Formats: sequence, structure tokens, C-alpha cells
Amino acid sequence: MESTANNRVIHVRELVKKFGDFVANDHLNFDVYAGEIFGFLGANGAGKTTAMKILCGLQRPSSGTIEVAGFDVYKQSDQIKKNIGYMSQRFSLYEDLTVKENFQFYGGIYGLSATEIKDRTRQMLESLQMTTSADMILRDIPLGWKQKLAFSVAMVHRPKIVFLDEPTGGVDPITRRQFWEMIYEAASKGVTVFVTTHYMDEAEYCNRISIMVDGRIEALDSPAALKAKYNAATMDEVFIRLARAGVRSMNG
Amino acid sequence: MKPAEVKIQNIEKSYEGVKALYNISLDIQPGELFGFIGPDGAGKTTLFRIMASLLLPDAGKITVSGLDVVANYKELRHILGYMPGRFSLYPDLSVEENLRFFAGVHGTTIKQNYDLIKDIYQQIEPFKNRPAGKLSGGMKQKLALSCALIHKPALLLLDEPTTGVDAVSRQEFWNMLKHLKKEGITIVVSTPYMDEASLCDKVALMQKGQIMDIEKPAVIVEKFGYQLLSIKSNRMFALLHDLQQFEHSLSAYRFGDSIHYIPESPIKDFNILSYKLAERGHSEIVIKETQAVVEDCFILLMQQSEKAHGINS
Repeated sequence: MESTANNRVIHVRELVKKFGDFVANDHLNFDVYAGEIFGFLGANGAGKTTAMKILCGLQRPSSGTIEVAGFDVYKQSDQIKKNIGYMSQRFSLYEDLTVKENFQFYGGIYGLSATEIKDRTRQMLESLQMTTSADMILRDIPLGWKQKLAFSVAMVHRPKIVFLDEPTGGVDPITRRQFWEMIYEAASKGVTVFVTTHYMDEAEYCNRISIMVDGRIEALDSPAALKAKYNAATMDEVFIRLARAGVRSMNG
Repeated sequence: MKPAEVKIQNIEKSYEGVKALYNISLDIQPGELFGFIGPDGAGKTTLFRIMASLLLPDAGKITVSGLDVVANYKELRHILGYMPGRFSLYPDLSVEENLRFFAGVHGTTIKQNYDLIKDIYQQIEPFKNRPAGKLSGGMKQKLALSCALIHKPALLLLDEPTTGVDAVSRQEFWNMLKHLKKEGITIVVSTPYMDEASLCDKVALMQKGQIMDIEKPAVIVEKFGYQLLSIKSNRMFALLHDLQQFEHSLSAYRFGDSIHYIPESPIKDFNILSYKLAERGHSEIVIKETQAVVEDCFILLMQQSEKAHGINS
């Protein structure tokens, strides 16, 4: 994985987002590169969700230069949406549709042809070892499978970047690790993974992480470099030391 | 009021033919901080709802300080504080109105039991006129806890109070529980975060409607029973696969910045292992013996039960 302007897929300079007097994002600066697993951490209320929404083209920034997958968030939010995938904590699959129907639905939304949808559904079900479950109603499927499916659905249109918002919340420790193997595999194929989590051991699995405190990025580096810098044994220690200094989380 | 004692005997529950709880039995001692540790779908919420008299079991019996949760539900509810996983206060009432409402329902006043909630409530009191629905996540949680405590219950049930909460707020929440325990309240808490197990006096490890083990956290890790190695190299992703494929590998999985590796039988000479890894192209190899934590035990128990029952998910 190289860090050059050529393979930069997210470019953020002086991003500011205000809601009235409240500064949710206070001059953020960072770049993310192709194939990188980028952990976006912060306490509740630090401003992560706002920044994610802006990067996904769902909310306009107040000021700053922001490019995602080579497109400008102010003018090209439609192109951004076509080039990114998104999976939220409470995943967005339809509980009363079958596994296959969920793929068809999302494939259709992204404008894939019927053949493409059919081929990709088959490939994804094979790689998930779920071919026999294609016609099961989603609500009858164990949570761990749903989460893996949601990740595959978020990738159905082969996006350059996938945004994962607390993808492993509430999942058992084995499934959580299997999920991270899927993340590694996607990254090894060049997909950029932008992920938030409250599990600090998962922060260790990222190539680089940023830690937001009160709307600002207080730290950004590899987990090893951050632990060295703060003389900490674990990422948990690094996080708690930085986030404790925040004012908002104390009130929140 | 004396802290409550909870006796759970052979509880079974199914939803439309799907088993949510299999024959659950355990005792919770007065004044204990007891944790149900397990992922979503373990059956934690179902069990909490039965304990809180909000759901009828298909079979079995639960008593709280001698009160049957089915037959004596009215008396029970006065000695019980319940904080559900989802925010369930009145969003259009103010902070203070919510608290006054819950005090009133139980025939008491905020003033009467203010001492108990003081440390928690003071943090949100500056916002007492704000509608509860407009509070931040952390403040909602503090208000919900205050409302669950305002009638000075003998038993406090907290269903996943720290899910989705950041590491700092989680630490604060557990500090609050430690203080409450001193007030003589039995506290039962559920969580999907394995690292929180060590903060409980005793825990039940739950998975798919069954209890895999009930012990003090220190005993759970003592019982692990295998050599556990913490291994690092310059190629972590490949390291995981190489270790999983070793002939005498029982288990290998990521754990923070290293791989946890369990060999079938203990290894005395790490040099041989190190040599085998170097052969597969690894360098900067570090091998250390390490102490299992609850998450290691949970993974091992899950693997053993999957092997025994062929459960596949």
C-alpha cells in the first residue's frame, strides 16, 4: 500500500461543519489511500457521524475542500454515492425479503443489469458459503450471517470505498473476527475500508487510525506509532487518555 | 431495604417455535454485581424481561427475595428497577418530569431518595428542563438509570447499558455501578463486551439461549486449561492463516495487535515454532506465553460447543 497523491481516495482539507454556533467538525485534515483500512475513532458526540455523512455525500460541509473517490462533495455527490458502499450499525437489509431478493434490490438500485446481479449474487453467496440459504427470509438468519451479508450487499456495485459504521456491534467474538477477515480480503483487493468501532482491539487491526475529540482530530497514525507516542500498552489506553480530555463526552 | 436474592430455576422460553432460552438455572446472591455476558441472540434480553415480570416463561420459575415473578408481580415491581436496552422514557417530558413521574408511580418523591441518585443525577440536573428526547446518548443513559433507581429498588436490572457507548463512557458507567453496589443493591447487568466481565463479581457466559459457564471472572480464566501464546510477526494476516494451518493447532485468532495461538499440547521450546514461521517467510517474530482473558475463554467454549453440537453459524 503506497501513500501517494495518485492512489489517494479520500482527501480532506480544513473541513468545517457548523450547526448554528455548534462546531461539529473543526478543521479536519486527512487523506486515505487505496486499499487502506482506516479506523475512524472518537467518543460519542465527538463528530464522527457528521464527518462520515459529509464524506458519503449525504450532508454539505460548511467549508473546506473534500474529495471522495476523486469527486467533489459539493458538486458531485451523486457520483460519490455510486462509488462508495455503506453499512451501518443497524444494517439496512430488508428483514422480510429473502437473501437473494436483498441482493437483487440493492443491485437494482445501483443500476446493475439482471445478468450482473445474478452473477454477483451467486459469487457472493459462494464466498459466504451460503448458497443453500439464498431463499431464506432474512429475519430467520442468525445475526452473524446478516452482518456478513450486509457487508457483501454494501459491496454489490464494486465500490472503491466502503464505509462501515460500527459493523460488529453485539456480535460474538468468533463472528467478529470472521467479519474482519472479510475486511482484510476486501482491502487486499484494493478496496478502501473506512470503519468506526467501539472495540479498541479492532483499532489494532487498522492500518491507520484517527481519534476525534470535540470535533477535532487529535491523533492520526498507525496503531503501533500511536502506542509508542503515548507510551501505552494498548489502543484502549491511548483512546481513553485522549478522549478523557474532551469536554463534550463528559456532558454527553 | 435488603438487597434482593434471585433464584432462577429451569427457565425455558420459545418464540413461535424458536427456542430463546434452554433450561436456565442459577442463583444470584444478595448484593452481588452479576453479569450476563454474550452476543446478540444469546437470550439475555428475554431472560431480563422474564425477571422483570414483563414476559411469561414457558416453563420454570424465578423468585426475587421470595417473590414469584409471575404470581407476585405487583409486589415485585416495587422492589425492582429495570433499565431496558432501548431508551424507554417519555421523550416529550422534561428530564425532571420523567424522574418525578417514575417516583410518583412508585409512591415516593425525588426528595425522599435523592441521596441514592445524587451522584448520577447531578450530572444532568443542569438540563432538567430539557425534553428527555433531546438529550445526548450519555445523558439519556444517566436519566434512565436515575429513573430506575428513584424508588430505591432491592434489585436493579440493566439490559446492555453500555452497548454502542464509547470506551470512556463505559468506564464511567461501571464506576457508577461500583458506587451503587455499596448502597446495598443487587445489580444484574448484561453486556456483549467481554472485557466488562472482569468488573462483575460473578458472570454467566451465554450463547444461543444457553449458559456455557457460571463463575467468578477470575475462576473462568483459571479454568482455561491450555497454553496460550501471543505471537507477532511482520506479516500479521499471513501469520493468522499459517498458525491456523499448523498440524498441532487447536485454535488461532486475532487478538488486538497479536495472534492468540493455542497448540494442542504445550510447547516448551519456542525456537522450533519460530523456525517454522521463519520458513514460511515471517520475520520480526515475537512469541510470548500469555494469560487468557474472558474473551479467550468465551471463544474456546463456543468452539467446544460447536464441535459437540455441530452448530454452524
